[in-house]
Amino acid sequence: MSIAAALSQGAEDGPVGGAPAASATKPARSGAYLMLLPGLAYLVVFFVLPVFSLLATSLYVPAPGGDIGQFVPAFHWQNYVTSLQEFWPQTVRSFVFALIATLAALVIGYPIAYVIAVRARGRTFLQGMLLVLLVAPFFTSFILRTIAWRQILADDSFVVHAMKWLHLLPSDGRLTATAFAVVAGLTYNFLPFMALPIYASLERMDSRLLEAGGDLYANGPTTFWRVTLPLSMPGVVSGTLLTFIPASGDYVNAVLLGNPTSTAMVGQIIDSRFFVVNDYPTASVLSVVLMVAILILVGLYVRRAGTEDLL
Amino acid sequence: MSTASTVSTVGTAGHGVVRHRRRWSLGEVIVPVFAGLAFIYLMVPIGYTVAFSFNNAGKSNLVWKGFTLDAWRNPCGAPQVCEAFGNSLKVGILATVVSTILGTLIALALVRYKFRGRALANLLIFLPMSTPEVVLGAALLAQFLALRVQPGFGTVVIAHIMFCISFVVVTVKARVASLDPKLEEAAADLYASNWQAFWKVTFPLLIPGIAAAALLAFSLSFDDFIITNFNSGNFTTFPKFVYVSATRGIPPQANVIGSSMFALALILVVAIQVIAAARRRAARR
Repeated sequence: MSIAAALSQGAEDGPVGGAPAASATKPARSGAYLMLLPGLAYLVVFFVLPVFSLLATSLYVPAPGGDIGQFVPAFHWQNYVTSLQEFWPQTVRSFVFALIATLAALVIGYPIAYVIAVRARGRTFLQGMLLVLLVAPFFTSFILRTIAWRQILADDSFVVHAMKWLHLLPSDGRLTATAFAVVAGLTYNFLPFMALPIYASLERMDSRLLEAGGDLYANGPTTFWRVTLPLSMPGVVSGTLLTFIPASGDYVNAVLLGNPTSTAMVGQIIDSRFFVVNDYPTASVLSVVLMVAILILVGLYVRRAGTEDLL
Repeated sequence: MSTASTVSTVGTAGHGVVRHRRRWSLGEVIVPVFAGLAFIYLMVPIGYTVAFSFNNAGKSNLVWKGFTLDAWRNPCGAPQVCEAFGNSLKVGILATVVSTILGTLIALALVRYKFRGRALANLLIFLPMSTPEVVLGAALLAQFLALRVQPGFGTVVIAHIMFCISFVVVTVKARVASLDPKLEEAAADLYASNWQAFWKVTFPLLIPGIAAAALLAFSLSFDDFIITNFNSGNFTTFPKFVYVSATRGIPPQANVIGSSMFALALILVVAIQVIAAARRRAARR
């Protein structure tokens, strides 16, 4: 399971009770720097410098007498105040939607990971096939899948008719263009990112620990809460981050499954400020705010969860 | 839970265990059923996408109008579909090759050597992964605007290499870290040169990790929409084509391409599984 292994191991490297790592045994020679240089230089040029460009652009002011979309460098910190005054609802909403989607993905993804890693343990082929099913969404375009949801939840779709018939939905109710659809879409799209790291940490768990838990606590639920869940926390932490971070910046779900007013997320504002109204400073302000907010949240969360393995 | 544990609890405790066992067997049913429903939830849109590749839809593939193989017979029948698909392949292959090479070198250096600035290097790799795509896209666009670079094929490839490197590093790093350093030491004793020890022992052992990283990079690049949308100008990739045509209705040909990629990847992964199972059986013998 290449992709599964890739994502999950990548998410939290460092052995969790596994084989000892062959880490950093030799002092550096010039060779080490030569190996690091091209890749890190690439990241400096195409990630670090662009972030500074973004910061600079966020402080630009319109060129005096210039056309729309022409700006001159300045230190106009006021941009932050005006942009946030106008777009704070979308910014806050992005984090709220991302948080709900992350929790939903945890509730749905944990049992998937548990069944694959613990229940199917020892049956390698079954495990492999279930993992294939779990990563299957990666093999179809995520835009195509989101559009499929849009059509499945459309007003005259089978699902909506069935729900109305069962009175789960009022007769004038709808699913598409609602916050529910956006959050459901986010949950769906990032579910494998939640389940795979949890699977990886459950998979690495020693079966004997579960058996010992069974001996100590006798019943399954207690073993789960006292042994299994704490041991899978590194996976839960990576999974929640791998879901929350992309979900908070995503706008494909908000655009395709939501409506432009009550479900708008910050990503689509950034996109439209750049491409529709050519208001680069505002788009940059919102991008900077999103990035800083996420770094702070991730920093607090990782510290609280007590795993430094991520770095 | 393994049967062994249930048996041992029965062996050690008395009456109370019977009740516990019943409660546990409830969970034994509920958890797999719930997981099964979750798997169905995962599969529904994929099934929908595949089904609607057979829709006799004409231009707007919104409602089911009957079964046809038209789109499969002529997958390039709708304007731009195959061009966008080809563009995505080109970008994906270039981004995969470059990011896999750069990322593998970093991963090897990070695991095998101590050096100053290690924490900084780790941070530099971690940050792009913990930054939402829309910020990565906007930052690169701000840079390209400032430098007056015309967005297009080149800028898309640059962007894709950038976000793939970190994922390659962490994937290969996990594999390098799991290798036993004694293997290379033994090889060094036998072969003398470090260079040979690396190429004859370490590198072959790393191939599965590198292959996994390359596959991951390709799938990330091929499926990327947001960063591409910010940095592509008039250049269209497959996800961008699908997104842009969503308002007018997506031609069934897009579903054909989506379904084919799905089938191809599925065959590849299942084949790997079957081969691995066969090898395990052979090894046991």
